[in-house]
Amino acid sequence: MYTIVAGGGKVGANVARSMLAMGHEVTLIEQRPYRYEQLQEEFEHQVLLGDATELHVLELAGIGRPPELVLGVTGDDEDNLIICQIASEGYRVPKVIARVNDPRNQEHFDLLGITQTVCATANVLGLVEHEVPEHGIVHLLELRKENLEIVELQIDKDSPVAGKRIGGLRLPDGSRLISVMRNGRSELAEDTTVIRPGDQVLAVLEPGKEDELRRILLKR
Amino acid sequence: MKLVVIGCGRVGSAVARDLAADGWDVTAVDEQEEALSRLGPRWSGGFVVGHGMDAQILRKAGVPDADAVVVATSGDNTNLVIGQVVDKRYAVPCVVVRVLDPARAEFYAARGMRTICPTQTAISALTTAVKKESKLGATA
Repeated sequence: MYTIVAGGGKVGANVARSMLAMGHEVTLIEQRPYRYEQLQEEFEHQVLLGDATELHVLELAGIGRPPELVLGVTGDDEDNLIICQIASEGYRVPKVIARVNDPRNQEHFDLLGITQTVCATANVLGLVEHEVPEHGIVHLLELRKENLEIVELQIDKDSPVAGKRIGGLRLPDGSRLISVMRNGRSELAEDTTVIRPGDQVLAVLEPGKEDELRRILLKR
Repeated sequence: MKLVVIGCGRVGSAVARDLAADGWDVTAVDEQEEALSRLGPRWSGGFVVGHGMDAQILRKAGVPDADAVVVATSGDNTNLVIGQVVDKRYAVPCVVVRVLDPARAEFYAARGMRTICPTQTAISALTTAVKKESKLGATA
């Protein structure tokens, strides 16, 4: 598979190294001359000096072939967005993935059609939230393309569903319970599964249904 | 008519002043508070300090009800992203974006964006001037 990696910082360089080790063909683009020189020692002809938002630089990197994959992983969100737009709209690259540095910019990527994004800050925050659940509901995974998310809820003794069978619950449309974890062991959620206080329940739902689900399972 | 100018540098501030003088209700946005001084001592329009990528700043500047938005920060890619956000999220009827790189300006113009490329204007003007001069030289 041919991949262009735009941005030779820690993320870009590590991804490029791993993909090369997997046997893929990679061109890495880096615009800072001092960083480029460092990268050249390792990546040799597979790294290119230039601004990956300039069309002639992308052309030199072989965007016209086109590659199967382009990664916009610079430290600048606007650059990543433009790189991915040029690749997918201008050169019909089938798959583009953008790094989101500032989670507040996520909405711009969504609005402008860059659906595959990775945001380290948001991921770390998600893990922090997992340790300190604020409203009893923890976001574990967002599946943007599918318009679904996976959340975790902690059932306590005041929960209105404690002691009830899953089959008898009136869950919001567009949501479903996946599994129940009890005493460190997980089992798939069946209609006959009875929810107990202390259970950790995983649910899949459409974004926006969290409040409804929380009211039904936790009554808060 | 309401205009929001994002990026109050040499270009943005001059556009803001010109259209304010024509009677437009103008608000300028810039990351630097000092940019306000470029609008002159008698500036009566709005001025918001902040980044044009920030949705809150765009709302504060009145982008949702603007008739026109000019995007002229120092970054081409920032301008291209802000221009698209203003167009797609707020459906502002007239969005004009300054892009210095002719290739990117053309790429996004082909996708329906109103881009202005001062570099291309300079290239054309210089080329024309040289051709005209050399023609004069040849006939002299």
